[in-house]
Order: sequence, then C-alpha cells, then structure tokens
Amino acid sequence: MRGYLGKTLTIAAMLAMSAGIARADGSVEVLHWWTSGGEAAALNVLKQDLQKEGIGWKDMPVAGGGGEQAMTVLRARVTAGDPPTAVQMLGYDIQDWAKQGVLANLDDIAAKDGWDKVVPAALQKFSKYDGHWIAVPVDVHSTNWVWANKKLLDSLGIAQPKTWDDFVAALQKVKDAGKIPLAMGGQPWQEATMFDGVVLSVGGPDFYKKAFIDLDPAALGGPQMVEAFKRMDQLKGFVDPNFSGRDWNLATAMVIKGDAAFQMMGDWAKGEFLRANMKPGVDFMCFRTPGTDGDVTFNSDQFVMFKVGKDQQAAQNAMAEAVMSPSFQSSFNVVKGSVPARTDVPDTAFDDCGKMAMAQLKQANDKGTLLGSMAHGHANPAAVKNAIYDVVTANFNGDYDAERAAKELVKAVALAQ
Amino acid sequence: MARETALDLRTRLQEWIPKLVLAPSVAVMLVFVYGFILFTAFLSFTDSKILPSYGLVGWHNYWRLFQLPTWSLAIENLAIFAALYIVICSVIGLTLAILLDQKIRGEGMLRPIYLYPMALSFIVTGTAWKWLLDPGIGIEHTLHLWGWTSFHFAWIKESDFAIYTVVIAAVWQTSGFVMAMFLAGLRGIDNEILKAAQMDGASNWNLYRRIIIPQLRPAFLSAFVILAHLAVKSYDLVVALTGGGPGRATELPATFMYSYTFTRNEMGVGAASAVIMLMTIAAIMVPYLYAELKEPK
Repeated sequence: MRGYLGKTLTIAAMLAMSAGIARADGSVEVLHWWTSGGEAAALNVLKQDLQKEGIGWKDMPVAGGGGEQAMTVLRARVTAGDPPTAVQMLGYDIQDWAKQGVLANLDDIAAKDGWDKVVPAALQKFSKYDGHWIAVPVDVHSTNWVWANKKLLDSLGIAQPKTWDDFVAALQKVKDAGKIPLAMGGQPWQEATMFDGVVLSVGGPDFYKKAFIDLDPAALGGPQMVEAFKRMDQLKGFVDPNFSGRDWNLATAMVIKGDAAFQMMGDWAKGEFLRANMKPGVDFMCFRTPGTDGDVTFNSDQFVMFKVGKDQQAAQNAMAEAVMSPSFQSSFNVVKGSVPARTDVPDTAFDDCGKMAMAQLKQANDKGTLLGSMAHGHANPAAVKNAIYDVVTANFNGDYDAERAAKELVKAVALAQ
Repeated sequence: MARETALDLRTRLQEWIPKLVLAPSVAVMLVFVYGFILFTAFLSFTDSKILPSYGLVGWHNYWRLFQLPTWSLAIENLAIFAALYIVICSVIGLTLAILLDQKIRGEGMLRPIYLYPMALSFIVTGTAWKWLLDPGIGIEHTLHLWGWTSFHFAWIKESDFAIYTVVIAAVWQTSGFVMAMFLAGLRGIDNEILKAAQMDGASNWNLYRRIIIPQLRPAFLSAFVILAHLAVKSYDLVVALTGGGPGRATELPATFMYSYTFTRNEMGVGAASAVIMLMTIAAIMVPYLYAELKEPK
C-alpha cells in the first residue's frame, strides 16, 4: 500500500512538475549588446537561472558599445509589431519608449516581491513610468571614479589625492617625472564621463542636479560651469598628445602597464584591471573623483519589458523575477564589475572596490546624492545629452575656451529641448 | 484566321513581356526609393523623435538644423572633402591612365595593382589608414624609429587638419578606379585622328591638351557622377578612420544625419538634414547631367 501510495505521489508530483513546466512554458527573446567576454559570461548566469525554471532563452545580441545598433534593430522590430520580450536599455531611452505605449506592466510582481523598498529611488525614476513598473534594473555603474596605478604612484611618493588641488598637484608630479599623468581616450562620451565627475567636484550634488537634471540655464551658463570647463582645460594639459580617438580600454591598459598614472572612467574599467591580475588596493587604486566623496553619479542597465502576447507573459514575468533575485544580482555584478541594483544584497562576494561602491551607493541613496550620470543618459534625454557632448568635446579639443563653452552649453541645451 | 490570332497573340505577348518583367522592379523602386524620399520629406516637417510621429511643426526642424554648429561644420567639411576628393582623384586617375597608356611593359600587372584598393570596403581602408596615420604607431612612429626624430605628421589628431586625412584615404581607395575609367576612354580614341595630328606636327603636349583630353568628356562625366555621389554618401570611411573626431571635427552630413535620426532620437531634424543633402546633390547633378546629356552627338 505504501509503495502504491508512494508511486501515486511520485506520478502526481511528476504531473505537477510537468504542469509547472507547461505553465512557465515559452521562452524569452532578449535583445542586448553584452557581447564581450566578461559581459557575455555575466549574462549566461541569467540564462541558466531561467533554464532551471524551464524557460527557453532566445538570444538576440547586437554588438556595439553604447547599444546604438541594438536600438536601431529595436526600432525596426517595434515598428513591425513584433517586439522582443526584453531589451537591455539605459536611462532616458526607457522613458522615451514608455511614452510610445509599447511596454509591459510589472506592477503585480513588483508588489509581490517588494521592489519599491529595495531599489534606490533614483533608479526607480527610470524603472517606472507613470507610477508603473516597466523595467528591471540589472546593475548600477557609477562614473565619478578615478583609477590609478599604485606602484607608479608609490614610486613617485604620491598619496591618494583628497581634494582637487591635491589631484592637480599629483598630476603635475607625474608629468615632471616624465610619465603620462592622465590616460584618456578622446571620444565625446569619454570626455563627458570625465565631465560628470568634474562638474560634481566643482558645485556638489545641488549644482549638478540644477545643471544636468533640471537643465537650469542659470546653472548651465553660470560661473561654476565656467570653473568646471576650466578644470577640463587643466586636465587637458595632462593627457598625452595622442589621445584623440583612443578607446577607453586602451587608456586603461596604459594605466595597467604603468605608462600612465590615472584614468577617470566609470567602474567598468575595474574589469580590465582584474583581468590583468591586478589586486585592488595593492596594484591599483580606486577612489572617487577628488571633491565628490559621498556622491555617486550612476548609470544602470535595465531590462525593459515589452508588451507581448498572453502566452509569453508567464515567461516574461519569470524573467523579471529572476533578474531581481538577490542571488542573481550578486553573481551577475561580481562578474560585470558593477554593483547590485538593490540595496539589500550582501557584499561578501565582491572585491574591495566593489564593497566600497556598494557602501557608497547605499549612503548616497540615503542622503539623496545618488544622481543620474549625464554622460550615460541618466540625467537628461538623448537629444540633450548629445548636445552637451558637442560642447564638452569642443572645449576639450580646444575649439571653445571655458567662458565660450558655458555660453554655448546654454544655447545647445535650449536648442535640443 | 486561327493562325492570325495566334500570331497576334505572340506579338502582343512579345510587346507585353518586357513590361511585365520590369513591372515588379519598377513598383519596388517607386515605393522603396521615391516613396521613402517623399516619406522622409514628410517626416522633416513633423515632431518625430524616437519613432515617426505625425504632428506637423512646419519649418521648425529646418530652423533648428541651421542653428546647430555641428551641421554648419558638416556642410563645410563636405565642401572641402568633396572638392579635394573629386579633383585629386580625377587628376591622379588621369595621370596614371596616360602613363599606363604609353604601351609600357607589365601593364597587365600594374593595372590591377592600382585598381585593387577599390575592392576593399571603406571600413577596411579607414581602419588601415587610421593605424598608418596614428602618430603613436604609424608613419610618424616608424620614421622616428628609423632616426628621423624631427618628423611630425599628426593631422589625424588635429581638429583643423583631420578632414584632410579623410581625403587622403578616400583618394587612395578610388583613384585606381578612376584610372581604369580614363584608360578605357583613352583606348576608345580613334588612332587615325592621332596619326593625322602627328603628321600635322602636333607636339605630345598639344596632342593631349587639344585632342585626347577633350575626347575624354564622357569619361569625365562618369568619373564626376561616381565621385560626387561617393563623396556625399561617405559615411563608413569617416566612422572607421576618425569616428567623426577629434571632437566633431570630421563630421559629415551623412554621419550627422545618422546620429540625429538614430542615436539622438531627433528623427525630425535627421530627416530635414537628409532632405537638404538630397537638394544639394540635385542642385549640382541635375544641371550638370542636363548640360552633358542634352548635347547633340
């Protein structure tokens, strides 16, 4: 009898399981541009998590750094009425797509899993449209970082600079020693990434918010902005003459090899150091742009969920839940070099830079100094962002002096709105 | 009687078949070329941002377009690039063709050598020249290693000169092709005329100046048409060679149009720039083609 019951139970369980599989049946089609080694490995974690739940993964990678090509593909798909299940997206693009009324509503799972409490408010601004959840944040990168070769600094007797003047003095010391002080890639987005930190260092979070998020003309053309451009001019004096057009990872390699001392770049640069078998605190240093301690300018990759047919919704919801699970957030971000997009994930698996970044994220979130990165489309829409790029790059390449740049900035932003 | 209708049907079929066969491609052309030109022109008057939308805004996009410093720069760059590219390519192409036409040995081998760059895509050309022109790894670096340390050639890194590096790479790619066109033209010239001229004592210089080059007029026309459209649509070369940089110094209308339409979410302005590009080409090409093709034989 027991055997019989056992057998029945087993069969029932199997039936239930297969029913479970049948319910979650379907697959998700994911459009993304995480094609480089580390990124692809990180994404694989999600793919396996979903496979365990019986959900298939239709990969749709469109290579290209900032996702420009991917967005072009997406336009075609949406216009044809056949959107993918989920799309990797950044910042204001999410809101622009939400305005088109083509995104799904994730409110039910969000309420069930309590996302409102664990996701930083500044991120929710992008994950929600009109008060409804439309996207799930995967990671948080931040841009106001400086990376340094510790051995080189030690040999020159330079300590970690705390203030802007310290930083300039340190750069000068490296220059006098015949090394390249600042590794830099002259592409508009890299110059703008640097500008994020510089503006924050000049005027603090209030000024940053007024200028880049509220787009207040008085702030954009004011004396503090002129000062920020002057600091950019200062920094320009410390890059090598061959900087223009160089990719960011080649600039990082200059720091790794010890040819250059510092690089001002987002925390994706950390991956390059780690891949070169360098240890944080021992071989390389990570610290916030001098003068911006406690503030974080972030950008966050999110999976935006598009409206799909009824049969696909179960799989879509399962994917959203899997992305938001603390274990995935931890394992993904350890590989990717960023930090989790929820504040309740344990930091045990992260390296020192990662632990520091997580603590600072939490702190900035509490203080309200977690600000969207202008350079990465989290402070203003693409049109405005690129208008600012135009001015920053014109200043950095010597076409505008600081005063003129501030004036042009006001004009360019007004024209792009 | 029956035979007559059959014959009739056959001739009628023969009349109809070419039209039938051509009809699909004509229809496709109408929709996908002229239809979309009209659609783009329409979009340039709308408030389209990320996707096409249909709220009319009048000339606002054009007004904004001409306020943008990047656009004026792109137009200026195109003027410099197109003028130099067309002139230099034609001169080099013609010179090479005339030199190759001297019945020299090894012509069969030389011709493809000059022609082969055309087989590469502009992306490959752009990447190769990017490395060659980069002062850190390219020509300048090599010459420094050879001991000529005062040598300085960093145009690609200088805002004011970067556009000329685009000209260099483009000329390298296309002059061989222009040479082939001129060579074909040269071979088509009637030898009798040349012999007659020589009998009359024309010098070599006069022979070329007064007889041969004027007869190459159709070749000049083809070269001009091909080079002009390559210049206006050049996009990939700039993307691979300079990425529009340093800063925005080598932005061309084509790269401008792409970035506004697809990365800046300003489809209206992008469409306006596309319309201006079309107008520019039309303004140059239509009178030229009209004058050239109208000419009686």
